[in-house]
Amino acid sequence: MIVQLIIRRLAISLVILLAISVLVFGATLLLPGDPALAILGQQATPERIQALHEQMHLDDPAWSRYLSWLGGLFTGDLGTSVASGQPVAELVGERARASVVLMIAAALISVPAGIALGIWSALRRGRTVDSAITGISLVLAALPEFVIGIALVALFATTVFSILPAVTMAPPGTQPWDFPAQLILPIAVLVLVVTPYIARMMRATMLEVLDSGYVEMARLKGVPERRVILRHALPHAIGPVAQVVAIQLAWMAGGVVVVEYLFRYPGLGQALIDAVNYRDVQVVQAVTMIVAVIYIVVNLLADIVGILANPKLRTGGDR
Amino acid sequence: MTHATTPDSAVDPTTVDPSGAGPARSAPDRPARRSTLVTRTWAQRQAKVGVVLTALIVLIAVIGPLLLPWATGYTATGFADRPFQDTGLFGTDNLGRDVLSRFLAGGTSLLLYSVLATALGLFLGMLFGMVAAYIGGWLDALIMRSNDVLLAIPQLVFALLAITVLGPQPWVLVAVIAITHAPRIARVTRAATLDVIGEDYIRAAEMYAVPRRRILFREVLPNITGPLAVEAGLRLTYSIGAIASLSFLGLGMQPPAADWGLMINENRIALSLQPWGVMLPVLAIAVLTIGTNLIADSIARASASANVGEK
Repeated sequence: MIVQLIIRRLAISLVILLAISVLVFGATLLLPGDPALAILGQQATPERIQALHEQMHLDDPAWSRYLSWLGGLFTGDLGTSVASGQPVAELVGERARASVVLMIAAALISVPAGIALGIWSALRRGRTVDSAITGISLVLAALPEFVIGIALVALFATTVFSILPAVTMAPPGTQPWDFPAQLILPIAVLVLVVTPYIARMMRATMLEVLDSGYVEMARLKGVPERRVILRHALPHAIGPVAQVVAIQLAWMAGGVVVVEYLFRYPGLGQALIDAVNYRDVQVVQAVTMIVAVIYIVVNLLADIVGILANPKLRTGGDR
Repeated sequence: MTHATTPDSAVDPTTVDPSGAGPARSAPDRPARRSTLVTRTWAQRQAKVGVVLTALIVLIAVIGPLLLPWATGYTATGFADRPFQDTGLFGTDNLGRDVLSRFLAGGTSLLLYSVLATALGLFLGMLFGMVAAYIGGWLDALIMRSNDVLLAIPQLVFALLAITVLGPQPWVLVAVIAITHAPRIARVTRAATLDVIGEDYIRAAEMYAVPRRRILFREVLPNITGPLAVEAGLRLTYSIGAIASLSFLGLGMQPPAADWGLMINENRIALSLQPWGVMLPVLAIAVLTIGTNLIADSIARASASANVGEK
């Protein structure tokens, strides 16, 4: 039963991913003009254009180019960057690692923090702590990430206190995480953007669960409050919250772009912005696909957590 | 930016009027019901705060350009050789242009394009959502599966893909933000519509052979305004964030335009030297998004309480 559901979700994810690849590849067909001309410039000789056409297989029909591009994605051949002439995989690989470090660090802080704040808020319903948490999350949820980022830079890196670096500077040969102080502000921005949503959802779900019959029953039979929350209430609240956590983590794959640009962090997002500026389509395609894969995998994991956490499914009841 | 609907809007706030209205009576009923949602929203303190904050920034964006005695686009009256001076009330920017005048002129584009993107997204999402729910069958499946595909690409990344291909023109920004909003709005609309179409007055309209288009726009639409209003508020907040972010990334409004997002990008290198060039637009965007989000949250609460009251 559970295995079937999970396999079904897996299949759906693969189909969606395939559809995205068609969309991402199809977008390049909208590109006006001859890509070879765009790369070589107006002064290119017809011979050179012809040579590049053959090299990039531009004269092949679109479906055959799509298939070879898709095949390349599976074998790690992401094409060649037209701006730098480097293979895209090489360009993107190291930066993807830098971005993932940022995202995992932010997730490790914001998920427990959001869940804890949500529970705390729910347990103090209507009191000062609750209104403060609710109010602050409402404000933070409204702000675009770069606004939060600039506020933090102004506060901690430049105007008010100059205690943290405002930009990432990793000399060649070093990794951004060799300088932990530089990671604080970028991670803080991601945490501040993601946590409010998790806290809000946790609060809402927890309030619902706390009002339920089985929690009342547990309290009435004298189970200690701590145990009521951790063993009776929390497991029921985890399913819906896992969904929101997934949406937020997946969102980070996009939000990290702005944060990396703001802090000049040498990650995937920064590479994406550079590529958009150079109209380096191969790189943009590759990054978009990587982000979509991250997004879908995270959502898939959340669905699996949801399926596993649902007691109805665990006992084989109907869906 | 690319956030799912908040928990509040996930409640399914069908504002169906139980007094029910046949085809002939639906129109006169509409103003009364709408005003109750509006009054319930307005009754909350946070809604009033939200309206005041939003109105303040809208006022700056609309009236600002009319107040301009200073040049905004070029350096004619500026000090290009001496950027970041503190002449004028808020000093000059990276090219020696007056910060205050660029600030006053810079809100219009952000506001205009966000409103357009939200309206277009709302229209598309509403249309697809209602059609999916009402027609059902393979069309429903097709629309909802296409939604899943669009939802799997983060909004900003999708926008960047479009900008790579089509260039950073305003219409591209509006269209791409609208397209990323549409699937989310379609989901909400579809859920709300499914609740409505079982009602007797829809069946009655069908029996009278009222054309489908008329049923959708005259019978269904007025009864799903609650959830749509919640979505409109939320999506406006995210549109403002998205368009400001793109301009901040240098991929939205292009120089020499006066635009808040672009101003932040241009002046942030001198944040410690001349903070106003960054802080004025940052504050304006912050106040605006907080304002619209407070309104959206109030509508969501008002809409949810309507539900509870009915049940």
